[in-house]
Amino acid sequence: MTLRAELELSRGEFALSTTFDVPAGTVLALLGPNGSGKSTVLGCLAGLLRPDRGAVTLGGRALTRTPRVDVPPHRRGVGLLAQDPLLFPHLSVLDNVAFAPRSRGTSRSRSRELARHWLSEVDAAEFAERRPAQLSGGQAQRVALARALAGEPELLLLDEPLAALDVDAAPAIRGLLRRVLRAAGARSARATVLVTHDPLDALALADHVVVLADGGIVERGVTRDVLAAPRTAFTARIAGLNLVTGTAEGGALRTASGGVVSGVPAPDVVDGGPAVAVFSPGSVAVYPGDAAPAGSPRNSATGVVAALEPHGPVVRLRTEDGDDWADGVAADLTPAAVAELALEPGTPVWLSVKAAAVAIHPVGDEIG
Amino acid sequence: MLWIPAGLALALVVLPVAGLLVRTDYARLPALLTSSASLNALRLSLVTAGASTVACVLLGVPLAVVLARATGRGVRVLRAVVLLPLVLPPVVGGLALLFLFGSNGFLGRLLAEVADVRITFTTAAVVLAQTFVAMPFLVVSLEGALRGAGDRYEQVAATLGARPWTVFRRVTLPLLLPALGSGAVLSFARALGEFGATITFAGSLEGVTRTLPLEVYNQAEADVDSAVALALLLIVVAVVVIAVARPKAVEGRT
Repeated sequence: MTLRAELELSRGEFALSTTFDVPAGTVLALLGPNGSGKSTVLGCLAGLLRPDRGAVTLGGRALTRTPRVDVPPHRRGVGLLAQDPLLFPHLSVLDNVAFAPRSRGTSRSRSRELARHWLSEVDAAEFAERRPAQLSGGQAQRVALARALAGEPELLLLDEPLAALDVDAAPAIRGLLRRVLRAAGARSARATVLVTHDPLDALALADHVVVLADGGIVERGVTRDVLAAPRTAFTARIAGLNLVTGTAEGGALRTASGGVVSGVPAPDVVDGGPAVAVFSPGSVAVYPGDAAPAGSPRNSATGVVAALEPHGPVVRLRTEDGDDWADGVAADLTPAAVAELALEPGTPVWLSVKAAAVAIHPVGDEIG
Repeated sequence: MLWIPAGLALALVVLPVAGLLVRTDYARLPALLTSSASLNALRLSLVTAGASTVACVLLGVPLAVVLARATGRGVRVLRAVVLLPLVLPPVVGGLALLFLFGSNGFLGRLLAEVADVRITFTTAAVVLAQTFVAMPFLVVSLEGALRGAGDRYEQVAATLGARPWTVFRRVTLPLLLPALGSGAVLSFARALGEFGATITFAGSLEGVTRTLPLEVYNQAEADVDSAVALALLLIVVAVVVIAVARPKAVEGRT
């Protein structure tokens, strides 16, 4: 079901005004810092908040149309996965997942059957008889995802689903979300909205991204385009990332021109599959062009300074005519370093990134 | 340094009870406790305290939910009003009830004329007085639990397709059960010990309105040993209540 939303809402100082579409079968990421209005948008879509003015339609059905239509949350056909799993503590894992089918009037035994199916979809079948208190954070979030999916929502809302997980659990859940969101059957019918402040989540999960700031949209587009080449300084600051495309190979990335970028592969990277190496401009070190960086096994390549722009407290450098991956790469430097290296457009430089600062992610057809 | 006043405080609580235990005439105890007046008072106390606890739960749960979930400006005023019986001297509460339900009271006259029902000096008056003083205990413990839990579980349940009544039955109520249990036991204990409002509003008629505390007061004039024996019974009940309900203070949590 295609989602169309037009929302206007003000609460004291804060004013929200957005319009966006999410075509059936796609994932839209709402990316923005805290207080930008992401969760407010999600609340309006779920029916938990009422916009002052606006309309939300899902597959032609009006969920909200001020001032008259306001379908209550339980009749919207949405699923919500929040930062905290919020599993009902008094129900077993199985009955938590069976909650949505039960609420729709499905029989108890059939609901449990469905629950077992969804638990196995998220690799959590063995937790069925446990109490939520007996699960780790990552396990609980798997179960919460199964519970949201068991309602077979036409609109799935993910509110910072990885933010509360520790660094060990987050990559596995990100991989699971990727797999579930892209499962063939579900793709055709469901629209998904992902709220996140982490550009990596958007990159791994979303087809399109909308960047929100102070309640308004500052940029929108295909996820990779927006993140790799932000058109506004704001997006560059919160989401500007260096992306290098290629093929996964032995835990590293082989670029189209044959170079290799070493990094830390995500758990669901498949050898030979399309992948992307991601690193922040802050992790790129810049050296004078006549002195190749020595020492630890790093990713190093040469390029030419194309532009230097002030970027808050740092200066962002962009390269051109780069060797292999070093073409069009952004690097953040202090003004003192820029002066010391006598950088200006046209200066040849060496760029280097530690392998530990590079994440390697698989990409789907849509965003690859 | 704090040990000295702390010890004094503890002594203030423990010594009177210990004194009562020492003073008890254990040889006559069974006879004193099984006298018809004692048994009447005990039976009446259990019945009325039980009935008022049920009334507290039936009326207090919805009130607590409304107070915890409502957001209007008047809610703070409402909450203060609900807490009034907690701080009001029970005698004043009894007097207030008397002037509402008494033969000259507005509701009392209405009930008498419309339904030929008189409440004052009946067992119903005892239940009413006990409910009046005990309900805040239930409402306060429930409202605290509701606010602590927030409404995020309810919101998730709604997005999963549960109607408001299903949410209340399958999520709100089960999550409330522990607080409801301890709140109900506290209300029962408060109702069982009720004296001031009862004697003012319901009087002291044996078998009709003379509950255990009233019987203790009555016997203290006539037969001190009997009063002490009944007092012992109330102490036992109080200890059982603390053991069963385990209010959060006993667990050392806040």
